[in-house]
Amino acid sequence: MVKVTIDDKTIEVEPGTTILSAARQIGGEVVPPAMCFYSKLPGTGGKCRTCLVEVSQGSEKDPRPMPKLVASCSTPVMDGMVVKNTTSEKVKVGRGAVVEFLLINHPLDCPVCDQAGECHLQDLGFENGGEGTRYEEEKRTFDPVDIGNKIKLHMNRCILCYRCVAVANQLTDKRVHGVLGRGEHAEISTYIEKAIDNDFSGNMIDVCPVGALTDKTFRFKSRVWFLKPMEASCECSKCSGKTVVWMFGNEIMRVTARKDQYGEVEDQDGKTGWICNDCRFEKKDISQWNIIGPRKINRHSVISQGNYASPRQTIKKLN
Amino acid sequence: MGRRLLLEHDAVPGIETFDVYRKNGGYRSVEKALKTMSPQEVVEQVQLAGLRGRGGAGFPTGMKWSFLAKPEGVPRYLLCNADESEPGTFKDRYLMEKLPHLLIEGMITSSYALGCNLSFIYIRGEYMWILEILEKAIAEAYAKGFLGKNILGSGFDLDLRVAPGGGAYICGEETALIESLEGKRGNPRIKPPFPAVKGLWGCPTVVNNVESLAAVVPIVNDGGEEYAKIGIGKSTGTKLISACGNLARPGVYEIEMGMTVEEFIYGDDWCRGIANGKKLKAFVPGGSSVPILPHYLVTKTAAGDDRIMSYEGLSEGGFASGSMLGSGGFIVFDEDQCIVRNTWNFARFYAHESCGQCSPCREGTAWMEKVLHRLENGQGYMHDIDLLAEINKKIEGNTICPLGDAAAWPVAAAIRHFRDEFEWHVNQPIESQKRNFGLASVPTLV
Repeated sequence: MVKVTIDDKTIEVEPGTTILSAARQIGGEVVPPAMCFYSKLPGTGGKCRTCLVEVSQGSEKDPRPMPKLVASCSTPVMDGMVVKNTTSEKVKVGRGAVVEFLLINHPLDCPVCDQAGECHLQDLGFENGGEGTRYEEEKRTFDPVDIGNKIKLHMNRCILCYRCVAVANQLTDKRVHGVLGRGEHAEISTYIEKAIDNDFSGNMIDVCPVGALTDKTFRFKSRVWFLKPMEASCECSKCSGKTVVWMFGNEIMRVTARKDQYGEVEDQDGKTGWICNDCRFEKKDISQWNIIGPRKINRHSVISQGNYASPRQTIKKLN
Repeated sequence: MGRRLLLEHDAVPGIETFDVYRKNGGYRSVEKALKTMSPQEVVEQVQLAGLRGRGGAGFPTGMKWSFLAKPEGVPRYLLCNADESEPGTFKDRYLMEKLPHLLIEGMITSSYALGCNLSFIYIRGEYMWILEILEKAIAEAYAKGFLGKNILGSGFDLDLRVAPGGGAYICGEETALIESLEGKRGNPRIKPPFPAVKGLWGCPTVVNNVESLAAVVPIVNDGGEEYAKIGIGKSTGTKLISACGNLARPGVYEIEMGMTVEEFIYGDDWCRGIANGKKLKAFVPGGSSVPILPHYLVTKTAAGDDRIMSYEGLSEGGFASGSMLGSGGFIVFDEDQCIVRNTWNFARFYAHESCGQCSPCREGTAWMEKVLHRLENGQGYMHDIDLLAEINKKIEGNTICPLGDAAAWPVAAAIRHFRDEFEWHVNQPIESQKRNFGLASVPTLV
């Protein structure tokens, strides 16, 4: 076991753990935000740079600080490492910079975006972003690409986290979408239009941190904060069948996988609980589901503000 | 003229063929290494020579080699980085065009030192005619028994292949090069693990620049200590400099480290001063990614000493009043060149070549390009200059690979040293459009 100190909180973790995982084991304020890293998907992380932290002591043996901010999701901990996240001014500036970069070309169309309310970029911008913009140029736009009849790709909102690429790598034998183009013009796309046709393709929606990939069966139906999330299960031959159904009255508006406080799909029966397209897109009748009970949602996100926390609690938290 | 170790025979007619190259002392290092030296001894000689990576970063080659992991039963690879795409750098092109066998010889010797049985030359897509030259030379080397099975009866096998890239600058970054060679999108990998532990196809890999591998030949021939006698301090040996811009005699020169910049620019054996009798305004010593220096810091450092062509000499004074040797892409600007236009040109290059993987570089380089485009076209504001300086600071050090830094440094330096010219573009937008060469009459020109 190696000892690591993050924001003056010390924890012992397995060797080879990344700083971010160690911080998640501590929990609370010390956890850096992550837009591209997804612990269930190997090969993700290191790209968005929002999880940058300062390492003020490399290890017990070699106490020199690391010269640059490091991506906590891909840097393994060393014994005696001292990490600064919220307590470091450099991290605040660096993270603010990354948020600014992510937002300059983001359309900021939250009022019409289905992801609004559970969007990680919203949370990130709220916590680390500046007030205005200094970007005077026209925002970058992409031609719409139709990737299939179930999933809507809205490339202008994409932050190129590569999570949807990684999820396809993991769940399918043959990935048909990927990143085309370079630099500012890099985009998620399929080489042949409408090509995404896989029983588990809907999981791209769950891993997308922003509104770039949304559910066509839920499109413009409701805002997520008006919906009641309920844990539900069904008999399914393809997946675990353990999902969250989002209800408006007695109507099921959409179905998603069960996600934890970091927006990652939880493990079900020892496996990551990806759900199949039948459960996600087809089963919209309440008789097809066995409703277990209300699903608790991370208070951190915007959805919980209306449903679960009383206004008094919200004010207390802000103070 | 100083000593020429690499380009000694570049003027010999037919040197690109095996027979002429062999007659002029070629492939001696292979014979010497394979017959009389152990691999470890070759590595030691390179360490003794103090050879530093010629691709730009200047990391000691011998040390890089010593980091190579050597697990049992796992192949190791040597990759030659011939993806030379930096604006202003064309030394590797000249070397490979004229002396393809020198590179092959260096690769055989280096592969022997590292214990690699399969090595690749990763060449940029725009160098297609060089690919043919190299393949012809490799075929000759195979025919003469210097490549293939049991080279010179020593029991050492080596296969050498040339792999062309698609012409992306980012594939010159070593992990992006490895990804590209594996047939994937050329995105840099997240380090650690470093290529020396986990590189090509998950095996230990060393990536070296063309010139570094070529320099192994004289090191093995003459011995590391002899090589280390050339040069100054920690900058040993000779360096190819590709001089371009407004020089009277641009071209590829081989210099001994330690000569003065003044002699290199104005010396009769070298560049013979600025073309058309004009005055020097600025220079970039190491390819587009290093900071630009104004005329008063070219021949003298801020402390008043002569500026020396070496890794340390050119970075004398840090980024405040120094630059970097980089890859040796020596670009000189005369009094009629517009620094704002040039900075925009560089920024445009980096915005185009950013791989788009990490956010600061993808968004930041494109943003800088747009702001500089506006400034250059007389539509900028005074606050844009500060904005540029700030975007710079936000990209630098926050990216996966050094392309972000390389994009930020030239812009930062241009603003640091030529702020008056940026302000002139803002204050005199119409005038700056009429004559597209910036502040032509800098009063204190030498």
